[in-house]
Amino acid sequence: MLERIQVIICGGTECSNDESVKIKEAFSSYLDVIDMKDEVALVLTGSKGLCSLGPVLVVYPGEIFYTDVTEKDVKEICEEHFKKGKPVQRLMYNDFEAQKRIKKNSLVKFYGMQKRIALRNCGNINPLDINEYIARDGYLALGEILASKTPQQVIDEMIKSGLRGRGGGGFSTGKKWQFAKNSESDQKYVICNADEGDPGAFMDRAVLEGDPHSVLEAMTICGYAIGADQGFIYVRAEYPVAVERLNYAIEEARKMQLLGDNIFNSGFNFNIDIRLGAGAFVCGEETALIASIEGYRGMPRLKPPFPAAKGLWGKPTNVNNVETLANIPVVFLKGADWYKSIGTKDSSGTKVFALGGKINNTGLVEVPMGTTLREVIFDIGGGIPNKRKFKAVQTGGPSGGCITEKDLDTPIDFENLKNLGSMMGSGGMIVMDEDNCMVDVARFYLDFTVDESCGKCTPCREGTKQMRDILNRICEGQGTMKDIDTLEILAHMIQETSLCGLGQTAPNPVLSTLKHFRDEYIAHVVDKACPAGVCRELTSFVIEENCIGCTKCARNCPVNAISGWPKQIHRIDLELCIGCGACKKTCPVGAISSQPKHQEASL
Amino acid sequence: MKSLEELKKLRDEALDKMTMRFIKNGIRIQVGLGTCGIASGAKPILATFLDEVEKRELTNVSVTQVGCMGECAYEPMAELIDYHGQSFVYCNLTEANAKEIIERHVMNQEPVLRLLLTTKKG
Repeated sequence: MLERIQVIICGGTECSNDESVKIKEAFSSYLDVIDMKDEVALVLTGSKGLCSLGPVLVVYPGEIFYTDVTEKDVKEICEEHFKKGKPVQRLMYNDFEAQKRIKKNSLVKFYGMQKRIALRNCGNINPLDINEYIARDGYLALGEILASKTPQQVIDEMIKSGLRGRGGGGFSTGKKWQFAKNSESDQKYVICNADEGDPGAFMDRAVLEGDPHSVLEAMTICGYAIGADQGFIYVRAEYPVAVERLNYAIEEARKMQLLGDNIFNSGFNFNIDIRLGAGAFVCGEETALIASIEGYRGMPRLKPPFPAAKGLWGKPTNVNNVETLANIPVVFLKGADWYKSIGTKDSSGTKVFALGGKINNTGLVEVPMGTTLREVIFDIGGGIPNKRKFKAVQTGGPSGGCITEKDLDTPIDFENLKNLGSMMGSGGMIVMDEDNCMVDVARFYLDFTVDESCGKCTPCREGTKQMRDILNRICEGQGTMKDIDTLEILAHMIQETSLCGLGQTAPNPVLSTLKHFRDEYIAHVVDKACPAGVCRELTSFVIEENCIGCTKCARNCPVNAISGWPKQIHRIDLELCIGCGACKKTCPVGAISSQPKHQEASL
Repeated sequence: MKSLEELKKLRDEALDKMTMRFIKNGIRIQVGLGTCGIASGAKPILATFLDEVEKRELTNVSVTQVGCMGECAYEPMAELIDYHGQSFVYCNLTEANAKEIIERHVMNQEPVLRLLLTTKKG
């Protein structure tokens, strides 16, 4: 029989050794008294790195640390913790600073503040071994559903859980399934949307690479609920590792008959195939995605009819995003009520964010909904590198907007972000500091949407291009105040008249930067200056008096525009300088500053 | 898969194998091989671990690849889980570091503190 509880007692030489042995003896004799000897395993180990606080106990499951334990405490731990399941607060390790040598992972803010549901297995199991997924209760949800639930019960549970689509829209997943189930047809399809295109978002890739079976299991559950027997995963060819692991996972699942005919002897059949996309951003829109799978150009069409009524090859189709699917097995394993209890009232569960840009801990974090932006960026993300000041954070990628310092304490959920003029999107978070020029940022996102516009409708195809041209003019110092007005008019027009989400949201970065950073636009237009020193045509670099003559800047200059002897003040030849800013980045004493160029421009 | 019981049985077996609870001094090393890890050079590190384990004939160590752990800025990373389930996350690894971890941590039970994520993050 497996023991329910494991107690690890530190018996390293640095702890007082016989104390640990005495504690172990006390445990075993008391466990005998309360007749729990079979349920608790006692292990005496080497040092755990917390010797200053010894003797130390760790109790699994839960990885609870007890420090400074004496024989007298044994009875209390047995009675309260083992018997009643209440850890003894008094003895629990809680001093963050004191744990000098090895910190427990979950005590580090990066892990401690996270709650991993969608990423539960990422980085913990071997994605190329189905047994490891099964060891983590994989396919158990599917098995239980097929054994004991009707499709309608599955959908009811989904609706109750309050899970909303993680791809950007935030529509209730359960309701989406209900629509697909209600459509009458001889054939239905399930599609997994793995066409992740937001610049700086990579959570879907992490799930597909780290835990492909969770997606397969969820798709099968969805197939059972809506009455489909075929699924497709639409994944971009730019994710070769993900594709390879998905293929392998599908093969393994088929071999174990977790995909295919008569799964779990229930008479239910389900198959999954992969379709590769060429990496067009617009194919993340579900109707364009469906067109692409059918073999046509990936272009969106008008909705309704929604895919739930008429989707792939005209048949009812349910499209869900990777992260949404990764949540689903857990919803059924732990129950809808449990899932609902996490997060906020209208947005339950957790959300994965991809932190990027000017932030110390670039990476993926998963936090409960309702966590504030400040906690995500400063506590988990570790704040801004190089002691720079926070300026804004862009959420929702090219469809979202930027959020400034004053709104950082807003709890994250779908509605709150929308009210701030941004959106949840797929969860990319690009952090910007004072060295980012907001006009340049807006131009970057528009560049992206101009490239990715499919060209079907005029507002998006032509409008975004015009907006980019205006932004280019402003960045080059050729802009006028009228340009800013035109930009706003165009932006609203594109929002209102575009066919699909790509066009409707494309002007958001411009509108939100205009709203929060209008003074920067005006500085570009009126003063012909770029306050952040990014726009090359408006900036010249100057070496100040505090130059120490280390020659670093001269060595890093790509056009050899910097001259000077070692240990003497260097100077920049503005004729040769291309304004790349490489010298400013490399200067160890911050002696190089950017200044507006307009004096020269007016000559 | 024919029944739920069969799945549960398989789960328990796989879990025992994975957590190494029944192998004396069993250690599991997980190397992060998501795209982020591969890009920062995790493949040679995985190869080094495997090489070292083979060369030194360590039978109690299993080296496996896993996906992204989320700390992409600190890749390449490897997580070492010892037989009490205590996890040690090593980051910014090089091939030489991998050898050192095998020598010091796996063979002598002495964690390489300076390479731990928790040390580097301070």
